[in-house]
Amino acid sequence: MDIIWEGIKQAFILIFTGNREVYDILFLTIKVSGSAVFLSMLLGLPVGILVGLNTFAGKRFLVAVINTGMGLPPVAAGLFVTLLIWRSGVFGFLELMYTPSAMVIAQVLIASPIIAGITLAAVQQINPRLRQQALSLGANRLQVLWVLIKEAKLPALAAVMAGFGGVISEVGAVIMVGGNIKGETRVLTTATIQMVRMGEFAVAIALVVILLVLTFIVNLILTLIQQKEGSIWIKRSLR
Amino acid sequence: MVIFTSVILLISSIFLGISCKAETKDAEIILATTTSTYDSGLLDVLLPVFEEEYGYEIKPIAVGTGEAIAMGERGEADVILVHSRASEDKFIEDGYGTERFDVMHNDFVVIGPEEDPAGIIGLGASEAYIRIAETGSPFVSRGDNSGTNKKELIIWENAGVTPEGDWYLETGQGMGATLRIADEKSAYTMSDRGTFLSQEENLILIVLVQDDGILFNPYGIIPVDPETHPGLGINYEGAMELVEFITGAEGQDIIRKFGMEKFGQPLFYPDVIKK
Repeated sequence: MDIIWEGIKQAFILIFTGNREVYDILFLTIKVSGSAVFLSMLLGLPVGILVGLNTFAGKRFLVAVINTGMGLPPVAAGLFVTLLIWRSGVFGFLELMYTPSAMVIAQVLIASPIIAGITLAAVQQINPRLRQQALSLGANRLQVLWVLIKEAKLPALAAVMAGFGGVISEVGAVIMVGGNIKGETRVLTTATIQMVRMGEFAVAIALVVILLVLTFIVNLILTLIQQKEGSIWIKRSLR
Repeated sequence: MVIFTSVILLISSIFLGISCKAETKDAEIILATTTSTYDSGLLDVLLPVFEEEYGYEIKPIAVGTGEAIAMGERGEADVILVHSRASEDKFIEDGYGTERFDVMHNDFVVIGPEEDPAGIIGLGASEAYIRIAETGSPFVSRGDNSGTNKKELIIWENAGVTPEGDWYLETGQGMGATLRIADEKSAYTMSDRGTFLSQEENLILIVLVQDDGILFNPYGIIPVDPETHPGLGINYEGAMELVEFITGAEGQDIIRKFGMEKFGQPLFYPDVIKK
């Protein structure tokens, strides 16, 4: 029990005394997972919307692929990226192995199917009459798409939260492609593992506390946006 | 899937910019090493000094000796720092490394619960292993093809015992994690002395067998041969400078002093400049 209190105390000391190493780890975590979620949105949202709204041959197959991707084990993503980017791999010449970029790539592979999948499910829930109504009011294709995207805004936020949750808590892939290098590719999760391996349990607990606080803050912000948007959305539909 | 990843790779590299890496291209050295050099904290004091003085950026990848050697064989690392003499010699014979250099040594210890159910205290390592197997006392192995794991298997072989059965557990993890598992299970295990000392305060296990010749644990550093892996951009020059530093007066001195303050005894003994 002592060690837990000691760890929580240590967390506050590390945060408020501005411990350089801890801040570096925290900022790298935000940078890597933030970029990964951002890129995953750029990839996942359009894919989810386009696949969800259109009917075409092979759609079911594609949806099944995306749904499988939602459950893609992070270590599989890690191994796959490793094989592509290590020196002898197809993209070896980019020299991405053991860099934060490699971690972002692996995380994008994990998060984008989650974002695409949830978005896809959400846009399929949109009342099909909305589209016809928009068309009958004289909207062109792009305007129809815009209306539909606006309708899918709330579930898209949920998709982003799920994607963020998927990557911020991940260790297997980032340790494989990042190498857990101190000061360069060590994020909160892999630093925690390293501290446990080194027997530094108080610091490990401190890092976990910081990770939880970070996850909570990000989700709180996204939830606030979602709930605010949600109440506007409800008011508008009641009108 | 491949197309998808390629798209991701492309977009990511545009976003993150290949610009930030270009300048450090030749100044970067990938060092594949064992978890013991890393988890003990030695590399944290050794490498910054080298980076500062020689102007390189080191990327230490702490795996196990088995994986470190495999990384060298594939040309994914520029230099390896490991501890498994037989594998190291084979690595050079097969043409993957140019030359092996002595760095330091410590020794392995067999540890276990104070009650010592198999009664191995003070025995030689092989006799101790025979007793553990005979009594079916729980023994935790790293089982990860690391230098420590290889040494453990040599001792089993020497003892004429095939380690298998309910009592023999393989963790597949590094020394730190394996020590914790052995501790929770009140089991026997073998550890390099450095990692054991650095974790001792968190453990109830104690040293039962030590000072046996078979437990000697030398570490070697080997630059990866760039000619075996043309086109992979192996930083041989950087690797040689690291060798020069680690086997030189300054590196050896850091190794000698490491751990004295915290543990009251060194965790590693330098082998080149002994003083």
